Amino acid sequence: MKLTLTVNGTEYARTIEPRLLLIHFLRDELGLTGSHWGCDTSNCGACVVWLDETPVKSCTVLAAMTDGRRVTTVEGLARNGVLDPVQEGFSACHGLQCGFCTPGMMMTARWLLDRNPNPTAAEVREAISGQICRCTGYENIVRSVLWAAGNDGNDGNEGNDGNDGSDDDGRD
Amino acid sequence: MQVPAQVEYEKATSVQHALALLARYGPEAKVLAGGHSLIPMMKLRLAQPEVLVDINGLTDLCFIDRVADELRIGTLTRHAQLLESELAGEHFAILHDAERVIADPIVRNWGTVGGSLCQADPSEDLSAAFAAMKGTMVIEGPGGSREVSARAFHTGPYETVVGPSELLTEIRLPIRPGHQRGGSAYLKVARRAGDWPVGAAGAAVWLTDGIVADVGIGLTAVGARHFVAAEAEEFLLGRPADEENLARAGEIAAEHCRPVTDQRGPADYKRHLVRELTARVLRAALSRAGGLAGRPS
Amino acid sequence: MDATSGGGAYGPIPRKEDARFIRGQGTFVDDICLPGMLYGAVLRSPLAHARIVSVDAAAAAAHPKVMAVLTGEDLAERALAWMPTLSGDVQAVLATDKVRFQGQEVAFVVATDRYAARDALELIAVDYEPLPPLIDARTALDPGAPLVRDDLPGQNGNKVFDWAAGDREATDAAFSAADVVVSCDMVYPRSHPAPLETCGIVADMNPVSGKLTLWVTSQAPHAHRTLYAMVTGVPEHKIRIVSPDLGGGFGAKVPLYPGYLCAIVGSMVTGRPVKWMEDRSENLMSTAFARDYHMHGEIAATADGKILGLRARVLADHGAFNATAQPTRFPAGFFHIFTGSYDVPAAFCEVTGVFTNKAPGGVAYSCSFRVTEAVYLVERLTDMLARQLAIDPAELRMRNLLKPEQFPYTCATGWQYDSGDYPRALRLALDIAGYAELRREQAQRRARGEYMGIGLSFFTEGVGAGPRSQMDILGLAMADGADLRVHPTGKAVLGISVQTQGQGHETTFAQIVAHELGLSPDDVEVVHGDTDRTPFGLGTYGSRSTPVSGAAAVVAARKVRERARLVAAAMLEVAADDLEWLDGKWRVRGDPDQARGIAEIAMAAHSTLDLPDGVEAHLDASAVYTPPNLTYPFGAYICVTDVDPGTGEVKVRRFIAVDDCGVRINPMIVEGQVHRGIADGIGIALMQAIVFDESGNCLGGSFMDYLLPTSMECPSPELGATVTPSPHHPIGAKGIGESATVGSPAAVVNSVVDALAPFGVVHADMPLTPAAVWRAIQGRPIRPDLALS
Repeated sequence: MKLTLTVNGTEYARTIEPRLLLIHFLRDELGLTGSHWGCDTSNCGACVVWLDETPVKSCTVLAAMTDGRRVTTVEGLARNGVLDPVQEGFSACHGLQCGFCTPGMMMTARWLLDRNPNPTAAEVREAISGQICRCTGYENIVRSVLWAAGNDGNDGNEGNDGNDGSDDDGRD
Repeated sequence: MQVPAQVEYEKATSVQHALALLARYGPEAKVLAGGHSLIPMMKLRLAQPEVLVDINGLTDLCFIDRVADELRIGTLTRHAQLLESELAGEHFAILHDAERVIADPIVRNWGTVGGSLCQADPSEDLSAAFAAMKGTMVIEGPGGSREVSARAFHTGPYETVVGPSELLTEIRLPIRPGHQRGGSAYLKVARRAGDWPVGAAGAAVWLTDGIVADVGIGLTAVGARHFVAAEAEEFLLGRPADEENLARAGEIAAEHCRPVTDQRGPADYKRHLVRELTARVLRAALSRAGGLAGRPS
Repeated sequence: MDATSGGGAYGPIPRKEDARFIRGQGTFVDDICLPGMLYGAVLRSPLAHARIVSVDAAAAAAHPKVMAVLTGEDLAERALAWMPTLSGDVQAVLATDKVRFQGQEVAFVVATDRYAARDALELIAVDYEPLPPLIDARTALDPGAPLVRDDLPGQNGNKVFDWAAGDREATDAAFSAADVVVSCDMVYPRSHPAPLETCGIVADMNPVSGKLTLWVTSQAPHAHRTLYAMVTGVPEHKIRIVSPDLGGGFGAKVPLYPGYLCAIVGSMVTGRPVKWMEDRSENLMSTAFARDYHMHGEIAATADGKILGLRARVLADHGAFNATAQPTRFPAGFFHIFTGSYDVPAAFCEVTGVFTNKAPGGVAYSCSFRVTEAVYLVERLTDMLARQLAIDPAELRMRNLLKPEQFPYTCATGWQYDSGDYPRALRLALDIAGYAELRREQAQRRARGEYMGIGLSFFTEGVGAGPRSQMDILGLAMADGADLRVHPTGKAVLGISVQTQGQGHETTFAQIVAHELGLSPDDVEVVHGDTDRTPFGLGTYGSRSTPVSGAAAVVAARKVRERARLVAAAMLEVAADDLEWLDGKWRVRGDPDQARGIAEIAMAAHSTLDLPDGVEAHLDASAVYTPPNLTYPFGAYICVTDVDPGTGEVKVRRFIAVDDCGVRINPMIVEGQVHRGIADGIGIALMQAIVFDESGNCLGGSFMDYLLPTSMECPSPELGATVTPSPHHPIGAKGIGESATVGSPAAVVNSVVDALAPFGVVHADMPLTPAAVWRAIQGRPIRPDLALS
């Protein structure tokens, strides 16, 4: 079948098998390998991309279902060469180790911050709860997203009341 | 390598178009909504439909409205939309309770209410919630639409009354008059966030002078017929909503469910959970209704 | 530790590798796409034990997109139907005689795309004659038990090995003299590291050059190159292994797997590159299980809580092939470090390994070769002893911990602990936790019918394998090389033999070299994962990167520094002995402004500067490091849980971790490693288990069934640190990559059991799911390795 969609602002037209999963379309057809495949069962979230305005697990979406829609992947997170604060936050706060879950985590983080510019640590944990990270124990991912909230445009993070994510015992 | 087998794909442009496609392709066609139940089955090749009828374009099936004394939920409503709906939460706290523990935020963005119900997994949460609310399902078919009680919607594990050329389009929940004090809640025990329930219970209770005027108790994952604890409901009707009766309702619900042992838990534990969760969820619903008899709220 | 090092480069600097990952520009194996590349898929056995009557692949071979189909017979013609394991056994690559576990490899299809390869699997007809499976390890040695390994000459039963350590008589005597003996049967269930990236390979056999290039998920690219050469017959210099970015490993990517060899043969047969990636079910069902220890432990003590002896009997389920990944002479890994952190005069353990109809593996899942099983055993027993004697578990530990003056300490089973101040670490953990206040809160809550648990665990690991006299893998000593090139402008490239899976080697190894040479970490590029560009070494597992390869990098850097001294002496026209290394430069003693840094010296070393006789030009150096001993990191962990006895649900409220891994090169990365291990421990203690039903069906074959902890189960850890340098490591560092996975499960279980103490619960096996907790309260515990019934 014929598929036309916009990925990271670029329109693509391809002929595909209807059964093709979106994750494989992005990775194998378009060469956008930043989004990863991790589990088959929509449990791990390594494949999270945006479909129009919301993150979805692209291992469980057919490419055919995206016809006429917009897809945004990690490759579309930076704008005009400028990193998204979420990307900077993950580096600043050691929010990644092996880097495999990172693109999906960042796509969800951006979505969260667009809807809730000053999330608590608990809200960040809830937002990423459908995504598995085997490296960080999530703590530094939470810190990364809160860092990004504090550095997102003019929205300060000062009003953040999330005290269950900070680790300021000063003993380290 | 988990990928679906070859399949044809049709994109429905209207409900009538979807019905026409379903009629044309017959039982080998499957309706594709969010796909979060169907696509995993296709990847395992446990489902190998010949044709997918994609209804994601039918935005007119994506709504949460109040019409007279009913809350109407379109079949294509995403779980996230139901969770975020103030209207739904205002009248049916149970829906927000349940949605908060269905899968995870990302799956909820794309998975649909109707898709979950039609998959008819015996551990599905909304089936229990709508059963507790005594909702009504609206099903469109070639001959027009029909209404089926949420308590008669499922005919067995992974089976519903929706025929191969029919489409579930809407769920309707009765909104009670304001003078009846009612409350609802949903409680789930899972092994981990995002997991299917080991057991879960939903309850809606309406009181008149501290006496149970109406009650719905939904159970999932524990082998309750039609996701309902009917005997426990019957027991509570007309009785004071006190701790003793709630505990007894839990006992009765536990007696009448038929849980099976699987890796989520052995049957004896699940039966215990029914006892425990039924009493707890009734307590939570009553607390929202204005309090438990014999105890300040 | 060398106090004269340049200094300044250690510290919590951001990681160099992040730049590509945050842009989605990492290169994982599945991101590799070569011209003409084909895709492989494995047909797997649906049965746990069955004789193969026939395999008919004709229809698959006729599929228009299929380029090749391989069966066991095809491989047998190339003498590749079986391959050696890391433990001296053999493992079927594609089954020829029978299948021995559900998910075993039976055939391999090579097609032009992933989807077609999967389709073609449906076209292969295999006729199986089912055999009774052996699933319960406890029945493996029963007379009449199904024989799993009838392929091995002389193998009459299902025993793999008997192995023992310690002094049986002395231990028996200690138990006879004891006031109190506490014993317990406990299961450390079969688990899986489940890195988020599964295993995979792109195999490219160039028919013209004869060069075999493998892009593969490998934690040990050099050791693997040797193994591939031995298995395939391709000369080792014609094999290049590239282990690109790895999406986690945790031990899962140490062994060779049948799929890798199938892809290699697929490329040889088709003359084109072949990619094979496991799906998640294949990953969980066929590769890399860990643990699976059935343990009986006993602890003997005086009435005032002085531990006198430890005994353990272990039944180890090794699955269908003995493919355990560990130093070859240690069939039970380092389990016999089970005296833990205590001064135990006598100890004896015996381990019996058995074959069953389950997946092979026995990988070191962040456990430094079975140390987590050992720590779990001793820490559970210690808690039970405390309960028995009505002594606070923190106090009991304090009474028995090794004292700083006892180091170096040789334990009852022969390990030589290098350094430690254990009481200091425990005191710090208790302090951070507010232990006394927690105990008060617990008492108050119990009075209200609320069940809160406080669990302690104190662990000691032995990591950084290993000493040449004791340790090897298939005859390869466990040494690692480092190759340091210093360019004329003073920028350096360090080639290392170990392979990061997220531990941040590109940053920490740059810091190591920069620290030694007075450079900025930005001036040091770290090359790894490509056998054509890096020196030989055994790879990353068992927390050995910093202890072994890190030391090699230091030694190489110090060689550079010593050569630089001679060059600097020529530059400054002074005697080399008149120079001292201070603040990152060679300086003239007594006239420190007369100094040369590495960048200036490097240019001079490459210039026409007249060098004294015998001084080589340039500054490049290489080193091979053979560790004289393991390093022994340790730590004190405290876990606080809230348990709902009505539902059995456990909530981890707090987790306090004080780790001592010696000198910390990058404390930020160290803490990240600890965070990871705590999540691991919570997962293993509460939910992760690979379980089989009586037919041998694997019930943990997807992330729906094999549950991994999410952000909702993992608390925000509270960390503390003490620093006790390793006396034998050149910079005093110890390994940290596995510490928290080793130490944390016991803390979580001790916490839950502590919460359940009012119900009389003294032990409950992992995973402590809601059902398992409720059943423990009922006094009818769940057996965690078999399907629930």
